[in-house]
Amino acid sequence: MAEEKLARTPLHALHQSLGAKLTAFAGYEMPVQYPAGIIAEHLHTRAKASLFDVSHMGQVVLAGADIAGQFERLVPADIAGLHSGRVRYTVFTNECGGIIDDLMVGKDGEALRLVVNAARKAEDLAHLRAALGAAAVTSLEDRALIALQGPAAAAVLARLARGVEAMAFMALTSIEIAGIACHVTRSGYTGEDGYEISVAGAEAEKLARRLLAEPEVAPAGLGARDTLRLEAGLCLYGNDIDESTTPIAADLAWTIPKRRRAEGGFPGATVIQRELAEGTRRRRVGIKPEGRQIARGHTPIIDTAGREIGTITSGGFSPSLEGAIAMGYVPAALSAPGTALRLSVRGAVRAAMVAALPFVPHRYHTSPR
Amino acid sequence: MMSNLRYTKDHEWIRIDGDEATIGITDFAQDQLGDIVFVELPEVGRKVEKGKEAGVVESVKAASEVYAPASGEVTAVNSGLADDPARVNADAMGEGWFYKIKLADAKELGDLMDEAAYRAFTAAQDKH
Repeated sequence: MAEEKLARTPLHALHQSLGAKLTAFAGYEMPVQYPAGIIAEHLHTRAKASLFDVSHMGQVVLAGADIAGQFERLVPADIAGLHSGRVRYTVFTNECGGIIDDLMVGKDGEALRLVVNAARKAEDLAHLRAALGAAAVTSLEDRALIALQGPAAAAVLARLARGVEAMAFMALTSIEIAGIACHVTRSGYTGEDGYEISVAGAEAEKLARRLLAEPEVAPAGLGARDTLRLEAGLCLYGNDIDESTTPIAADLAWTIPKRRRAEGGFPGATVIQRELAEGTRRRRVGIKPEGRQIARGHTPIIDTAGREIGTITSGGFSPSLEGAIAMGYVPAALSAPGTALRLSVRGAVRAAMVAALPFVPHRYHTSPR
Repeated sequence: MMSNLRYTKDHEWIRIDGDEATIGITDFAQDQLGDIVFVELPEVGRKVEKGKEAGVVESVKAASEVYAPASGEVTAVNSGLADDPARVNADAMGEGWFYKIKLADAKELGDLMDEAAYRAFTAAQDKH
């Protein structure tokens, strides 16, 4: 068998010493699980705090004259109005309104800090350089990204970096954690409170070991990351969203504020403005298959006559609900929660229902104001 | 005493007891699959055929077919797995058994691996 040369993150040796099962993901050798297993890691994240290595994700800094205004031409979010120290979730759109990637954008002084998907890093960088000029775009190849997620994350991190507990959800700051310089955002991909910590690759293992030394913290792999984000109703690029899905069909209209809806000025704006006014033919929804049998991605959604009317885009087992959960696209007329659906799972017809997202309520940090 | 356990290349085990046999997936298989969340078993009375699909086992990560190590009529299934599929992770070779059959043809068992052969087979697989 041909051996693909896989990239390693700065935490590779740590994963091996923790007994991780490693797998190829987006060109990287990544931990899918540790000895505790995906379900235990998932439940630990919901109960306490887990450490995830997400260093495979692309970290990019954009700088230059009016960079926020220039960058805004690529996404439908309000970036011109983004204050320093704040983070937004948005998408790169193409000329048809399809999604090139989804990403986080933080404003750090006059610069923008982006976190993009590993599998889309090359496309995103080419897209950014073409639009903004190569000089404005710096890909941070030597930095690790560590996510600390769960209800105990704030208490744990505050022991090592006083003040982080006061950060608002979707805030960004530069701070020393246990004496190590980091860029920290209060954000994540699990539906829980937590932080994403950008740290120099050379210091990443020291920081990760320091965090793992706290009694509430256990390592979690990409397996638990996937079941957590699915329970939280969050999209996985390449499964739930891609260049053929618009943010409106993907139920991400909330990421487009009033000004951008009215003004346009991003790729595919006319398509997206029309969809905002008239609706879309199909929509991303939550789907609850009956029972425990999993309906995975690409499972056909069928009508009573057996005709295919949609497709499951993500499906798995929910450790919190102890049953199957999924997301997929259905005709707009069948998108209301409670609508009965049928799935063709491994040749057999299974009952399912449209379910409200998220499956498990988000528990992000809300600051008292 | 000679072991009456035999193994397939698809990581099923079969414990032979006269003309009856108990079937499940191996400890190696459960470890590779990770947390098992769903098991589909054949119905009692169904005739399974050696090498053909007899059920499905799903972990958080993936779904896998379970093949019959030998032909025969299903005489019992481990119905406890419906509510507690994690038994397969905890005790694949014991409490996590899948189903029992009345063997149709004992000669079919000839090409299955014994314990030592299966151990060598999985050791080679682990290297990949």
